[in-house]
Amino acid sequence: MNTTAIPFEVSRATRASRAGGAVAVVFVAVLASFPWWADHGWMREFNEMACYLIFAMMWNLLAGYGGMVSIGQQAYLGLGGYALLVMGNFGGVNPFVAVPIAAVLTMLVALPVSKIAFRLQGGYFAIGTWVIAEVFRLSIANVSAVGGGSGTSLTALRGIEKSTRVSVTFWLCLVSAVASVALVYWFLRSRQGLALLAIRDSEIASESQGVNVRATKLGVYLVAAFGAGLAGALYFLGNLRISPDAAFTVNWTAFTIFIVMIGGIGTIEGPIVGVVLFWLLNKYFSEYGTWYLVGLGLLAIVVTIKFPRGLWGYFAHRFDLHFFPVQRRLVLHEPPKD
Amino acid sequence: MIGWLDTIVQGVLLGGLYALFAMGQSLIFGVMRLTNTAHGDFIILAAFGAFSLVLAIGLPPAAAPWVAMGALLPIAFGAGYGLQDPLPSLVVTFGLAIVIQNVLQEVYSADPRSIESGGLNIASVPIGADLAVGTLPLIIFGIAVAMAVAMQWLFDRTAIGRAFRAVSDDRDAAELMGLDHRHIYALATGIAFVLVAIAGTLHGMKTTVSPADGPALLLYAFEAVIIGGMGSFYGTLAGGIILGVTQAIGFRIDPGWGIWAGHVVFLAMLLFRPSGLFPKTR
Repeated sequence: MNTTAIPFEVSRATRASRAGGAVAVVFVAVLASFPWWADHGWMREFNEMACYLIFAMMWNLLAGYGGMVSIGQQAYLGLGGYALLVMGNFGGVNPFVAVPIAAVLTMLVALPVSKIAFRLQGGYFAIGTWVIAEVFRLSIANVSAVGGGSGTSLTALRGIEKSTRVSVTFWLCLVSAVASVALVYWFLRSRQGLALLAIRDSEIASESQGVNVRATKLGVYLVAAFGAGLAGALYFLGNLRISPDAAFTVNWTAFTIFIVMIGGIGTIEGPIVGVVLFWLLNKYFSEYGTWYLVGLGLLAIVVTIKFPRGLWGYFAHRFDLHFFPVQRRLVLHEPPKD
Repeated sequence: MIGWLDTIVQGVLLGGLYALFAMGQSLIFGVMRLTNTAHGDFIILAAFGAFSLVLAIGLPPAAAPWVAMGALLPIAFGAGYGLQDPLPSLVVTFGLAIVIQNVLQEVYSADPRSIESGGLNIASVPIGADLAVGTLPLIIFGIAVAMAVAMQWLFDRTAIGRAFRAVSDDRDAAELMGLDHRHIYALATGIAFVLVAIAGTLHGMKTTVSPADGPALLLYAFEAVIIGGMGSFYGTLAGGIILGVTQAIGFRIDPGWGIWAGHVVFLAMLLFRPSGLFPKTR
């Protein structure tokens, strides 16, 4: 027997991920300088899209990686917004400080809610979570202290100068968006991430390998609720006004499903590509009103049936391009010549 | 006291309508194990279809809705059968829901519409001295009961029902026994669409409909199915009634909490009896 051990290493980075990382750093740096020179309108648009990106990253983690397709994530988005409002208007907490606290509070609410939601599976989980979101909407619409059905304004920001408010809100959105991408990336590369991918592929098989299915799914659900709460707090921090119908509308999830499916579900790049596309479509076609929405719906249907991997999934598969590699690759080196 | 009795009776009758909403959903889930998130929008689509048919056929208003419903049934069956392997995923039906809502809004505007039924919607039948129930809600309830009986009979006693159950239990084994699952799926979708057409027409006669109403109906239908237990049409009827009565009681206590009460009873059911009242399938 003359087997020479072939030297190998397990590689996690790709050339694209290194180049992409450098480009991303420059891009974020340019964005971070926006408050000094950019138009307020740009920053408002960015804030809105940052909220969609955070929300979509979390929905993608939940549905694309965790296999839990929810139509009820707007529950946590709305709760994040209202938590911000209550802390700011009634608790006297600085609204900027209240943003992360609102996200944590939302996550705490998700813990008991998961007990109910996890009774359902598959499509029934999807509609059941929607019912839960409706319960939150109807409950808050009946609380007159927060404006009831017609909502109220975030008066806590009254004393803060406009330029300060706009800049800080923008930076918070930027930091949160980058952090949410980084968080999902880091999570998926961790041991728990590997466990999550195993669960998505087969719950029974992964359980037999010692993966704690329930704990992992719960963890993902809580992280997704945290992210949704963060997105909600940021959105209504920029919007200054909140109402139950705006906060808990199923449209949040509808647009997010569109973003993730078009971009590519189950990839980290997908929601980013999807948000950029959604921003462009919104910018140039939203004036067509109902027909625009019909178009979005049709596009989602066609992409789901014909390109189930989404735009990014298609390119990644075709050109083997991975900016956020979560998989491990075996790299074999040439055996030494003797 | 009579007020509460009235509330309960109204709730039961409302529950009949919810049960009708739910039966198509129950069938599609029972046979194909898939969740049609556009279900409520299909009901609204059917209501608007009947509305247009009534205007088009120009019969006296007492007869027109029933003729329209009759005309709608084969169309609905054909459409359902034609969809065949209908709704490959939740995302597709969700996209479809958005398309239906917005096309309806474009065609009919956002104004609420109602199907003219020649005064049937305001006629009532007196029960005792102080209590009267609406004639149309009573008819709807009767149709709901009849449909539950018919569907349960179809499922339990006929060859089609056996095929439905076989494909639902194990598609591959059923194929080996010579069943074509696509044909079975198409039949189930066709029948579900017939139920949707009936429910939609009656809903449009009883009250007003507007293009954005679908999601609410989807949630009621879904709740009725889960409360009743999957796979049982009597269960679905019972689930619809429980939901209707809960909402009616909630509305009576405070109009802001009626729908909320229905949702909460559903969630409580999930916590304490997750398989529903009369589960047949798992």
